[in-house]
Amino acid sequence: MPSSSTGPDGRGRRDEPCRRWSAFVDGLSEFYHAPYRRTLARAKRDEDDHFMMVVLADALGVPDPAAYHSLELLPAVYPEFHAWHRRLGLDRSPLEHVGCC
Amino acid sequence: MNSLVLLVIGLAIFTAGYLVYSKYLSERVYQLDAAHTTPAHELSDGVDYVPTNKFVLWGHHFTSVAGAAPIVGPGIAVIWGWLPAFLWVTVGTVFFAGMHDLGALWASARNRGQSIGTLSGRYIGPRGRNLFLVVIFLLLLMVIAAFAVVITDLLIGTPSSVIPAWGAIAVAAVVGQMIYRWRMNLLLTTVIGVTALYSLILLGDRYPIELPESTLGMSPATFWIVALFLYAGIASVLPVWVLLQPRDYINGVQLFIGLGILYAAVLFSAPTVVAPAFNGNVPDGTPGLVPLLFVTIACGAISGFHGMVSSGTSSKQLDKETDARFVGYFGAVGEGLLALGAIIAATAGFRTVAEWEEVYSAFGNGGVGAFVDGGGAIVEGGLGLPASLSATILATMAVLFAATTMDTAVRLLRFVVQEGGELLKVNVSKSVATAIVLILGLGLTFSQGAGGEGGMRIWPLFGTTNQLLASLTLSIVAVMLMRKGRNAWPALVPLALVFTMAFYAAIVQLGNLYDAQDWLLLGLDLVIVVAAVWVAFEAVLSMRSARAGESEDAELVDRS
Repeated sequence: MPSSSTGPDGRGRRDEPCRRWSAFVDGLSEFYHAPYRRTLARAKRDEDDHFMMVVLADALGVPDPAAYHSLELLPAVYPEFHAWHRRLGLDRSPLEHVGCC
Repeated sequence: MNSLVLLVIGLAIFTAGYLVYSKYLSERVYQLDAAHTTPAHELSDGVDYVPTNKFVLWGHHFTSVAGAAPIVGPGIAVIWGWLPAFLWVTVGTVFFAGMHDLGALWASARNRGQSIGTLSGRYIGPRGRNLFLVVIFLLLLMVIAAFAVVITDLLIGTPSSVIPAWGAIAVAAVVGQMIYRWRMNLLLTTVIGVTALYSLILLGDRYPIELPESTLGMSPATFWIVALFLYAGIASVLPVWVLLQPRDYINGVQLFIGLGILYAAVLFSAPTVVAPAFNGNVPDGTPGLVPLLFVTIACGAISGFHGMVSSGTSSKQLDKETDARFVGYFGAVGEGLLALGAIIAATAGFRTVAEWEEVYSAFGNGGVGAFVDGGGAIVEGGLGLPASLSATILATMAVLFAATTMDTAVRLLRFVVQEGGELLKVNVSKSVATAIVLILGLGLTFSQGAGGEGGMRIWPLFGTTNQLLASLTLSIVAVMLMRKGRNAWPALVPLALVFTMAFYAAIVQLGNLYDAQDWLLLGLDLVIVVAAVWVAFEAVLSMRSARAGESEDAELVDRS
């Protein structure tokens, strides 16, 4: 995160090098991560979409031997459900029992 | 003339440019406002839009725009003498590149951080967007071909760089694992990574690798070109955290180390510039200084590519709008510093004029090789490192810059191909798109001979396209300034000059390429000429309507 997060401090002069140093380390980490943050976030979303597909497989009509177990995960994926089916290009919810829109 | 004098004058011009002209630009022309909410705050999402400390942001911006191009361009252009290259780099950085980069950053930040491509659709018209895609496609394709040849020449010219150049891939791969899998401390990782890289440089210096006449039935140059394309293809499809991200990072760190080494060496050795100020005795076949100088040095004087970085990522991370001055303008100054270092290395790193003339025996001959040899001699004199080790360091640095640009360009071009496929309603998969890119790139490179011998013919053409892109960005900035009723001359004057030179250069090269019977490049050049006319036509149309005060809709987005 940006070095400004260290914030102004009213502490003594002794802390100044420390503050500078941690700001530098924070900056370095930002320098590493920021350029690819978007690509990685997108990749994570793709993985999550895939996971959603697996969890909902049975509900969508794909025979799923593990359906009994994946059922338990349904509550965990509900919050993202609406965004997910919109991303797939479906304007309305593909599942009758989920009325998100 | 002593190179130290040149260095001091150059630094003085850059400093004055930053203190005076960028102040004028940011206060009077762009009227940057610290109270204005930047896209980073307005649309903050923790991914793209993240308010970032201005020094860190400058670091990104600078390392994204600076690479091998500001070394190759000046390395070739000093063939006309050091003075024209020096003047174009210094004046260009102050009045052209700084203005352009800061302008692109401002234009994008005032439009929710939208990219230049989207902005050209908005300010120039829907055709502007297609035009932008065509220009980008050509630009990326030529970058890939030109850099493949640059790297091949370096690997053959400085065999000691073979081990560090390829070993750096392994270093980057390990760094990626250290960060993401083993969650190691970044600072420690950085120290280990840089130490490993420099150990490889020492190792390579001890064991130079020269390929035999025939490797797998290919000449060394052909083999390296094929190997580079294979590498770029694989690197571009791997998840970015595995290779591209750590590579970019190590390169960024390396850029600062390299600049430090180069400038310290010039400071301590103060070599004499042996090359003439104006070379009245250029080798046969060297094109005229006007207009070719202005496209041979694109990065380092003005480069349209910067506008893409400004508008693509940097504008989304501005913490305060006033930071744009430091990030955009000083980013251009950073690249100017690299170009200035390259000029000094390629003109002062030789003992006599005769030795220098031997290197610059034909147009396109000097280039990055002259930078490595000359720079190596300067580092030897200034820091006391052995000449071969100095040359290995600089050659490795140049290879790494060029290679990261190459693999990133393959990746970006793949997206352009996929986007083009969507327009044609064809679904192009990742592997097919990558294959298309590699075939096109290899085809373009090998059209210049089985070893890419004539590959540097692409360089001025690449510069021309780059300047065309810069013209497009400057037109957008000018239209925005006109709509706001501000002084648009600081954008219009560079626009007129850059566009004239790029167009003139494209026409001159038509003749040269015809003489060289290079039909492929001739075809590309024709496309560039058409695109240039198109840019001019669209820009004039939109400026006329802006002048007539027709639409003020820019303010709609502005105020939101």
